[in-house]
Amino acid sequence: MSDTHANSVAFVRTEQVPPSPPPFQTSGPVKWAKDNLFSTPLYTLLTIVAAYFIYVILANTLPWILNGVWSTSSLAECREVLDGVSGGCFSVLTERWNQLLFGFTYPSEEYWRPTLAFILLFAAAAPVLFYKLPRKLLIITGLFPFVAYYLIWGGTIFTPILALVGFVAGYFVYQRFVAGSFAAGFFGGVAAALVVWNIGGMLIPENANENAMLLAVPSRDLGGFMLNMMLGVTCVSLSVPLGIALALGRQSDMPLIKWICVVFIEFIRGVPLITLLFVASVMLAYFFPPESTTDLFLRVVIMITMFSSAYIAEVIRGGLAALPRGQYEAADSLGLDYPQAMRLIILPQALKISIPGIVNIAVGLFKDTTLVSVISMFDILGMIRGPILASTEWNGVYWELLGFAALLFFVVCYGISQYSQWLERQLATDHR
Amino acid sequence: MKKSVFFGALTAAAGLAAGVAAAGTLDDVKARGTLNCGVTTGLVGFAAPDSNGEWEGFDVAVCRAVAAAVLGDGNAVEFVPTTGKTRFTALASGEIDMLARNTTWTFSRDVDLKFTFVGVNYYDGQGFMVPKDLGVSSAKDLDGATVCIQTGTTTELNLADFFRSNNISYEPVPIETNAEAQQQYLAGACDVYTTDASGLAATRATFEAPGDHVLLPEIISKEPLGPLVRHGDNEWGDIVRWTLNALITAEELGVTSANMTEMMAGTNNPEINRLLGTEGTLGEMLGLDADWAAKALAVGGNYGEIFEQNIGEATPIGLARGLNAQWTDGGLLYSPPFR
Repeated sequence: MSDTHANSVAFVRTEQVPPSPPPFQTSGPVKWAKDNLFSTPLYTLLTIVAAYFIYVILANTLPWILNGVWSTSSLAECREVLDGVSGGCFSVLTERWNQLLFGFTYPSEEYWRPTLAFILLFAAAAPVLFYKLPRKLLIITGLFPFVAYYLIWGGTIFTPILALVGFVAGYFVYQRFVAGSFAAGFFGGVAAALVVWNIGGMLIPENANENAMLLAVPSRDLGGFMLNMMLGVTCVSLSVPLGIALALGRQSDMPLIKWICVVFIEFIRGVPLITLLFVASVMLAYFFPPESTTDLFLRVVIMITMFSSAYIAEVIRGGLAALPRGQYEAADSLGLDYPQAMRLIILPQALKISIPGIVNIAVGLFKDTTLVSVISMFDILGMIRGPILASTEWNGVYWELLGFAALLFFVVCYGISQYSQWLERQLATDHR
Repeated sequence: MKKSVFFGALTAAAGLAAGVAAAGTLDDVKARGTLNCGVTTGLVGFAAPDSNGEWEGFDVAVCRAVAAAVLGDGNAVEFVPTTGKTRFTALASGEIDMLARNTTWTFSRDVDLKFTFVGVNYYDGQGFMVPKDLGVSSAKDLDGATVCIQTGTTTELNLADFFRSNNISYEPVPIETNAEAQQQYLAGACDVYTTDASGLAATRATFEAPGDHVLLPEIISKEPLGPLVRHGDNEWGDIVRWTLNALITAEELGVTSANMTEMMAGTNNPEINRLLGTEGTLGEMLGLDADWAAKALAVGGNYGEIFEQNIGEATPIGLARGLNAQWTDGGLLYSPPFR
């Protein structure tokens, strides 16, 4: 049959026509631009205006960045090199690099210590941040505070070891008694730790710091971005557990605990952070004799931790309130006591709901650490506003320095925010 | 009622703490081995750490001289940076032994805040800087101008007094630090920047085009800047006072860091001999070594040398001696005799 038509038709296509690309107008970047940028006259107008603004900004900043001078030793020299051409004097960053990162009094031959502590921070944070990693890695996290303390402050190794032994002793006592009652375990643990610290404190010789392996660095020598990182990491990690305790305390049936928590939270939230910092640096000095004052770094950590824990407590209280009553009743009907119910049923759900709020406070807290420059601690902003801008070489450089500080903070804060979004996606159980 | 008792107790405790700290500052310093000296967090030429973290500047030199006189080592100083807001509490609470932080000597600071100003190391006065194209030649033409002014300083009060007494108005733009003021002024946020004349000169020197800005001729205040100590420890106050006087007297007598060793061998001028401790018992009276002043001079030289090295005409700041010349050269520096 097929032969019948074999010669009656001039051409028969024997294979399928290959699909041709869609017309130029309806595909690729042109279509994308048409749909997204020029779909209506209003959008077209807005696109053009926006493009103009982007052009103006780039036309002014790009030459400034690309022309930047990186290797002069003073502002005057830099201006000479630039000779009237627009360009940034980034050499202030290279010349004062170590001061921006570590402050101006940290001994320069010891810079590797905070750097190593910073690298270890990632190893220590990983098992907390990524719950799929093996749980054994949490041992690193537990050891990190002591190692980091030893690296940054140096001095005798007995201090961090003693602190660690105290915690371990407290933990064992807690384990021993917690089966009976949570309160017995908790207070027993605290008492055991205090006993160990007191006895151990007497055993450490007075002059242990003088011939220690690592040079002892006093707190007032800390500075630069290192100080911001230390304050941020310490205060966030301390204020989350404290915030949980305050949030639970506020919901407690025991009036004393409840009112202590309410008064604490409401008082701290009603006071600006900067007044708390002034109290830490100025007022406390009046109350103690000059020799016995607590370390300024410690005072500031306590104040910032108190401040952020009050806020975190309120965020977590929101999470607790969002849980349906049935969850509490389910825990009761299983015969769980209060700590078990909280630990196994209520808090995991409440904390999941609270993640965005907690991260929000963590980011805000990290940026608030720059406030310590007001009480003459030399964090990165204090370094810029004080010593660097007051030096005869660099008096008058602003955009380069403050832009660099902004960049550092952006990198860290954006990282935190991206992590929290990832965590929310991971934990999404889509019950709604 | 209860409240006032509580606050009364607080004040008493604070007073007690200050009293304890005040007793025997000299012994405290010697026992500690370092002098705690309050300085600014950074002011060009007066105090700022260099790229190695070493403090240097005109005020810093006073701290080093006192440390050398007491402890024999100009580097035995713990510099405690203070801001305009924390400086007085740091001194009152005993955190620092002395404050050398371009602080103006005023009645209320001396009497009410209970500090002793031991002398003047820089005679300053408040001036005005304006852009040249504003076309102003006198501060009295500044009616309605916006003025950048540092908060919490005496300059703020002087400004208000000046404009009120001349019956003209102004718009203050409050700022926190000199660095901020510089940027605000250059960005045109204010027409006028006012602060101590030394600060204005230092600020103008850092501009890209210093010639486009003029300092107005009016100096509207007296700003005697000097080191200070707490009330209540006169022996310590004497040491700081006479160390400063030793620097000034040395310049008057022509004792420099270069010719000092030579003069230590003995000279014909008895006052030089008393100053350097080769004659008399001045050091003993202070409770210090006989060569205390020589040690203080060895650190940075006499007053003139310190001035020239940190803020003088050879430096980028380029201040003339002006009021800060010796009384023999028509200035105000006049140290009581070493006798």
